[in-house]
Amino acid sequence: MGDPSLTNSPDAEKLKVVPKVRVGPKESLFADKVFRSFVVLCALAIMAVVGLIVFELLRESRPSVIKFGFKFLTKQIWDPVAEDFGALPFIYGTLVSSIVALIIAVPLSVGTALFLTELCPLRLRGILSLLVELLSAIPSVIYGLWGIFVLSPFLRVHVEPFLAKYFGWTGLFSGPKYGWGMLAAGVILAIMILPIIASITREVVTAVPRVQREAALALGATRWEMLRMAVLRNARPGIFGAVILGLGRALGETMAVTMVIGNRPEIAKSLFAPGHTLASVIANEFSEAVGATYLSALVEMALVLFVVTLIVNALAGLLVWSVTRGMPARALA
Amino acid sequence: MLNPINNVSLRRRFSNGLAVGLITLAALVVTVPLFLILGTVIVRGASGLNWAFFTQIPKPVGEIGGGMANAIIGSVMLLGLASLIGVPLGVGAGVFLAEYGRNKWGNIVRFTSDVLNGVPSIVIGLTAYALVVVTQKHFSMLAGSVALGIMMIPTIARTTEEVLLLVPQTIREAALGLGIPRWRTIVSVVLKTASAGIITSIMLAFARIAGETAPLIFTALGNQYWNTNLNQPTAALPLQIYSYAQMPYEQAHSQAWTGALVLISMIMLTVILFRFIANRGAIKGAS
Repeated sequence: MGDPSLTNSPDAEKLKVVPKVRVGPKESLFADKVFRSFVVLCALAIMAVVGLIVFELLRESRPSVIKFGFKFLTKQIWDPVAEDFGALPFIYGTLVSSIVALIIAVPLSVGTALFLTELCPLRLRGILSLLVELLSAIPSVIYGLWGIFVLSPFLRVHVEPFLAKYFGWTGLFSGPKYGWGMLAAGVILAIMILPIIASITREVVTAVPRVQREAALALGATRWEMLRMAVLRNARPGIFGAVILGLGRALGETMAVTMVIGNRPEIAKSLFAPGHTLASVIANEFSEAVGATYLSALVEMALVLFVVTLIVNALAGLLVWSVTRGMPARALA
Repeated sequence: MLNPINNVSLRRRFSNGLAVGLITLAALVVTVPLFLILGTVIVRGASGLNWAFFTQIPKPVGEIGGGMANAIIGSVMLLGLASLIGVPLGVGAGVFLAEYGRNKWGNIVRFTSDVLNGVPSIVIGLTAYALVVVTQKHFSMLAGSVALGIMMIPTIARTTEEVLLLVPQTIREAALGLGIPRWRTIVSVVLKTASAGIITSIMLAFARIAGETAPLIFTALGNQYWNTNLNQPTAALPLQIYSYAQMPYEQAHSQAWTGALVLISMIMLTVILFRFIANRGAIKGAS
């Protein structure tokens, strides 16, 4: 090391050795290409899966589409024996149970999101948001189990008599009180979509610039006036998007609904009455369905469900994006 | 309450108090179902917890005793196989989106992935039925795993993308500047830096599919006996809970609650375990 005459030679050796150890430009180019093709293939797999879903739904539902045409969507008959099928009761059930869910879930989840972002003491925020997140980790089948054995009896004994007594005149709360039925499905769905609406609303509300709030407070607004004028007004399209996203979840939810809704393809005005949804009829009848038309009619229901959720989700995505501008909220927080 | 509220009109003060009260109340109400559900599952499920539950297969309908050992093994195998399908594809697609997809193609894949994420699970089950069950001509564990695996892909892809984008551009430039090829940069530098986040994304996807029942009904079907054969119908915890919940026997209901307790514990344990691994990974990566 100390000898100056030797310093040159190790350096020269290093320079010679380095190109040998390093991967040659050609090899690295090849490896780069292989790696790139691999990740491109993974990305293509996603498109292939979606393509296959669309293809299979279209192919399998063809007999039913040809046989019933557009009347499929407006007919009330569901007769496997005569092979005559209409989807209206299921579309009705899907929409009504989801709307009931939204009516219950929206105020609660928007309130929770506002509490978490604006009012909550910092120490509580972590725990509370964890609790809300945990709600989404509970499997759908367990919601269903709880719905059958805890929620339905509770509704039958405590809630439904009350609703019938004071709101029976609306016609929405009349008839026999089973506990299970449209109302129970709506309540279960509401609990299930709370976390998603709350978390997206939080993202959107967090994206509202801090200065807006400060300006409102500086002008003498009370806390609620600040929330209403500075936060909610700016975040409105995004909150609307969050609600629609929740709607998308509710429309496609299967197990919990199947377990409490009563599974009867009828259109009844009363929310106490049993109903059926697009997803629940597929879950219930697909494995027992015999005959090409029957199977095909069920697949057409899946197609309707797919198209509706696609539209709903796209709309929701657009609305949320209009507030957050594609920025992940974590980066903004 | 920092703003001086003394000289604010009574009406405004009242509406402020009312709104703040309602918002706080909403947050409290939201936590109630969680405690109710978890509480019921623990109380009703714990009474059926015994050695037999984890070691025996279900007794014939109406008989007392038996367990869900076959369903537990079935669930573990289904989820493992689903992860084998979903994790590489999801992470790969995430790498594509973050590293090669800042263009039109990336946007198309991003959109498709969001579409897939929004497809109801029952529709995915139907597709897996048409693809695997119809081709094989019988229900199978494989079909179930395909359905669950597909459900994992979009969650993992989008979260992986988000995490990879958080890795500073300078780290990539430093690695490339040292003459390290691009693939090596991504695998050994970018992915390694983001490993904790990627594990979290896998965990999220896992928690999402672990309790799924709808895509399994006409793919894995369920089974009253042991099965470890990929080509045979298999039992799974959610399926077993579903079928027990609909039986008119008290004994079956109690088994369903115990199954629910085991399922929730499995999900929570996995989540906590993965968190732990992810945290250790993060510390290692930092040092």
